[in-house]
Amino acid sequence: MRLKCPADFRIIRLPCTGKIDVIHMLRAFERGADGVYVVGCMEGDCHFNTGNFRARKRVEQTARLLDAVGVGGERVQMYNLSSGEGPLFAKYANEMDQRIRELGPSPIREAIRKRKLAA
Amino acid sequence: MIIADKKPIQEIIDQVSNYERILVLGCNECVTVCEAGGKKEVEILASVLRMHFLKEGQERKIDERTLERQCDHEYLEEIRDVIDQYDAVLSLACGVGVQFTAEKYLTTPVLPGVNTCFLGANEQRGMWTERCQACGECVLGKTAGICPISRCAKRVMNGPCGGSTNGKCEINSEVDCAWQLIIDRLKALGRMEDYEIVAPIKDWSTERAGGPRKVVREDVQV
Ligand code: SF4
Ligand code: SF4
Repeated sequence: MRLKCPADFRIIRLPCTGKIDVIHMLRAFERGADGVYVVGCMEGDCHFNTGNFRARKRVEQTARLLDAVGVGGERVQMYNLSSGEGPLFAKYANEMDQRIRELGPSPIREAIRKRKLAA
Repeated sequence: MIIADKKPIQEIIDQVSNYERILVLGCNECVTVCEAGGKKEVEILASVLRMHFLKEGQERKIDERTLERQCDHEYLEEIRDVIDQYDAVLSLACGVGVQFTAEKYLTTPVLPGVNTCFLGANEQRGMWTERCQACGECVLGKTAGICPISRCAKRVMNGPCGGSTNGKCEINSEVDCAWQLIIDRLKALGRMEDYEIVAPIKDWSTERAGGPRKVVREDVQV
């Protein structure tokens, strides 16, 4: 299956989405990431029962925090799919890519750039 | 344990906005367990604050540290050699920790990063409920292990008030009537005759009403 995916996102593998914590997503933003999305198994299909539910809660919490500091909660998103759904994986990647392009660069990325220029 | 809850981010930003070098200081005990002020919450809050000030184009130094406890001299001493590097400490410990840190480091402002709520239990993930108001003279032995002081809105000591309805308290239909719980448990224990024993007037001087309290234990003092 050869599917078209955007070229400028990086995949970070996790043993289960339940491993992801709010701080992991925040650190990505602190370093200038424009968006982060988490792809977990279908709800109800988690091998550890609640891993993907925990991930969703943490993604939601991250969104609230990003909203609170004006970075924008819509820059994080949780997706669910089963391991056999390659086309859906590509679709979500394109959807997120599209959304981030519409939002533009993260204000943190801009701030980091400005600081570097000033230095 | 002591239950605390998070403060709104905006309130925290407002509190620290006048300081350039801030130490976000967590505590490894109660506030870690109730997910309000442990290492994880310190990391998250520090990250959010750094992003906020970065975005505003302001240079700030925001560091993270979590102590074993903030209510003990020996652990608080661990920051003595770095405290002068900060203009303020944002403590995520309970009110006790905030105050003990402030007492120790007289010239550094120490700000509360959480709201300290009550003494309670972890009833289920993400839900904590009050169980004790530290009245200083525990009556649980007479009340079937259910506290009428912390769990009854009126703190009545001899059976329910007239507002007890279908097992619920009159202040809120979602709050159990403490005395209903006591009676149910006395029945379960086969000790309903205890219910007939009239409780004497409670001495509230050991409670907060008697002013700030102190426990002195000469047997362990050295
Ligand atoms: S009777 Fe007093 S010490 Fe005992 S649980 Fe209730 S408030 Fe706490
Ligand atoms: S209804 Fe029960 S819990 Fe509520 S105030 Fe009356 S006795 Fe206390």
